[in-house]
Amino acid sequence: MASDRIFGAVVTLVALAYVASATQIQSSFMADPVGPKTFPILIGCVAALCGIIVALKPDPDPDWPVLATFGSLGLAVVVLVGYAYALKPLGFLIPTAITASILSYQIEPRAGRAVLAGIGLSVGLFLIFKFALGLGLVPFPKSLTG
Amino acid sequence: MELLSNLAIGFEIALSPYTLMLAVIGCFIGTIIGALPGLGPSNGVAILIPLTFTMGLDATSALVLMTSVYYGAMYGGRISSILLNIPGDEPALMTTLDGYPMAKAGRAGDALVLSGVASFVGAFLATIGLMLLAPMLARVAFLFGPAEYFALYLLAFATLGGMASNNQAKAAIASCIGLGIAMIGVDNNSGLPRLTGGNMHLFDGIDFLVAIVGLFAIAEVFFFIESHGKNTSIGVKLEKVTIPVKDIMESGWTMLRSSVVGFIAGVLPGAGASLGSFLAYMSEKSIAGEKGGFGTGVPKGVAAPEAGNNAAAGGALVPMLTLGVPGSGTTAVLLALLMTLNITPGPMLFTERPEVVWGLIASLLIANFVLLLMNVPMVKIFVKVLQVPPWVLLPGVTMISFVGIYSLSGSYFDLVLMVGFGALGYVLRKLDVPTVPIILGILLGGHMEDALRRAMVLSGGEWQFLFSSKISIGLWVVAVVGFVAPMFLRNVLKKPQRITD
Repeated sequence: MASDRIFGAVVTLVALAYVASATQIQSSFMADPVGPKTFPILIGCVAALCGIIVALKPDPDPDWPVLATFGSLGLAVVVLVGYAYALKPLGFLIPTAITASILSYQIEPRAGRAVLAGIGLSVGLFLIFKFALGLGLVPFPKSLTG
Repeated sequence: MELLSNLAIGFEIALSPYTLMLAVIGCFIGTIIGALPGLGPSNGVAILIPLTFTMGLDATSALVLMTSVYYGAMYGGRISSILLNIPGDEPALMTTLDGYPMAKAGRAGDALVLSGVASFVGAFLATIGLMLLAPMLARVAFLFGPAEYFALYLLAFATLGGMASNNQAKAAIASCIGLGIAMIGVDNNSGLPRLTGGNMHLFDGIDFLVAIVGLFAIAEVFFFIESHGKNTSIGVKLEKVTIPVKDIMESGWTMLRSSVVGFIAGVLPGAGASLGSFLAYMSEKSIAGEKGGFGTGVPKGVAAPEAGNNAAAGGALVPMLTLGVPGSGTTAVLLALLMTLNITPGPMLFTERPEVVWGLIASLLIANFVLLLMNVPMVKIFVKVLQVPPWVLLPGVTMISFVGIYSLSGSYFDLVLMVGFGALGYVLRKLDVPTVPIILGILLGGHMEDALRRAMVLSGGEWQFLFSSKISIGLWVVAVVGFVAPMFLRNVLKKPQRITD
C-alpha cells in the first residue's frame, strides 16, 4: 500500500516537473501546428494522471528486502559507477577483476571463489574481446605501458 | 510465384557458407542464453547488439545472427523450465506447469525432446505464416498515412499495457516514462535541444541500447544480489534421452492448434509470446477437459505452450517487419537492432531491400532445422550449461554489458546512465511496473511524435483528422478495447500461478 502511494506521488511530481520544463522549450520560426512542446506536455499529463490513480488505488506492497540487502544493493551501484569511471584511465584488466570479484562475492559470499571468478572473468573476457571479436581494449593503464 | 522467386533470392543469401555459419553460431548461443535462468531472450539479444555492431557485420549478416539468437533463445527457454521449474524467460512460464511434474516423474528426457519437437512445429509453421502474411500486410501498410501510424503506435502501447501487465495505470506510466525519455535531445523539426537541462551529453538523446541493457541485464544482477543466487541449483537429474514417438504422435493436433493460436497472438502488436503460450495452454486445457489431467505432467501440456510460444515468436516478426511496431519485448529489442543497423522497418523494406527481408526469412527456416538438430540429440550439452553457477554468470553478464555499451560511444556517461537504468529497473519491477513499455516508448517515441506532427501539418491543425479514415478509426477502437477489456476479463482469464514443491 505505502509503496504504491509513494510511487504514485513521485510519478505525479516528476511528471509535473516534466510538463513545467516542457513549457520552456523554445519554438523555432519554422512553426508546425503542433510544435515541439505539445507532445511532451501530453505525455507528462497522462503520466501525472496515472500517478494519481496509482496513489489512490494502490496494489499490495511487494516484499522489500531487509535493510542489509539494501546496503549491499547500494554498494553494488557504487561499485558499478566507480567501474564506469575507472574503465578508461585504468585499463580493462584491473578494474574488471575487482568489480567482478565484488559482484560475485555479493551473489555468493565466499571470498576465495569470488576472487578467482573475478580474475578469471577479467582475463578470459579480455582475450575473447581482444582476439575473437577484435575490440580495441586497453589492458593496463597507459602510464604503466608507456 | 513471386513468393518462390523471392524465396530463391533469400536462400541464395542464407545458404552462403558465411551466413550459414552465422546462423549456426546464433542458434547455439541463443539456446544457451534461453536456457540460463535470468538471461532471457530480450536480455541476451540486448547484450549482444552492441557487440555485433562493433564487429562490423553488414546488415543482413547481423540480422541473421541476431534472429537466430532470438529463435534459439525461444527454444532454450524450455530447458530450465522443465529441469529446474524456473522459466528461462517469461513465455516459458507455461511450460513449467506440466514440464516440471513430468521431469519429476522421471521423464525429463521425454519432456525435453517432445518440447523440442513442439518448438520446431510452432516455429516452422509461424515462419511459413510470416512468409505468406508479411508481404500482404506490407501492401496494406502502404495505405497508412501519419494519422494511421499514430493510432497504430497507440494501439501497440494499449495492447501491451492492457494484456501483458496486472495494472493498467502502471503500464501507462511505464509507456510515458519511455516516451518522455525519447523526447530528450535535439528536436528533429526545429533543430533545437529539448529537455536536456543543458547537459551536453544529452543533446544526442539517450541511446535506446543503454536503456535496454540497463533495464534488462543490470537490473537482473541486482535481483540476483537480493536473492543471493538461490533457486538455481539443479533440480532434476536427466537420464538417458530417447525419442518418445508415441507422445509426439499423440500431441500432433495439439501442436498444430497451438501453433495457430500462438501465431495469431504473436501478430497482434504488443501482445507477444507470453500471451501466445498462455492462450495455447488454456485452449488445449479446455479441449482436453477434466480427464486431460493438465497440470499433472501430461505430454500435451508440454507440447501446447512450447508450440504456442515459438509460433508467437515468429508471428511477432510480422508487425515488426511490415509496420515497424514490435509485438513483444524481444521483438522490441530486435527493432532496436534494425534501427542500429540503419534499416527502417515498414512496407518500403519489402520493395527496397528484398534481400534483407527474404534473406532473413530463409535464414529463419534454416535456423529452425538447425535448432531441431541441436536441441534433440545435443540437449545434454545445454543441460551442462545450466550448471554454470550464478556467481560466475552474473558478473560475467555485467562485464559484457559494460564492454558492449562502452564500445558504442566510449564515454563513461553512457555507462553511468546504464547503471542508473539498472537501479530504476530494479525498483520498477519490485513495484510490478512492466519495463517492456519503457523500451517500446524509447524506440517509438520519436516516430509517434513525428506521425502526430505530420498529420497535423497535413490537416492544418484539425484534430479530427486523426479519426478521418476507416483504418484509423478501427485502430483507435481496437486500442481502447485492448486497454480496457482486460480490466474486466482479469477475473475470467486468471493466470495460473507457478507450482511450488
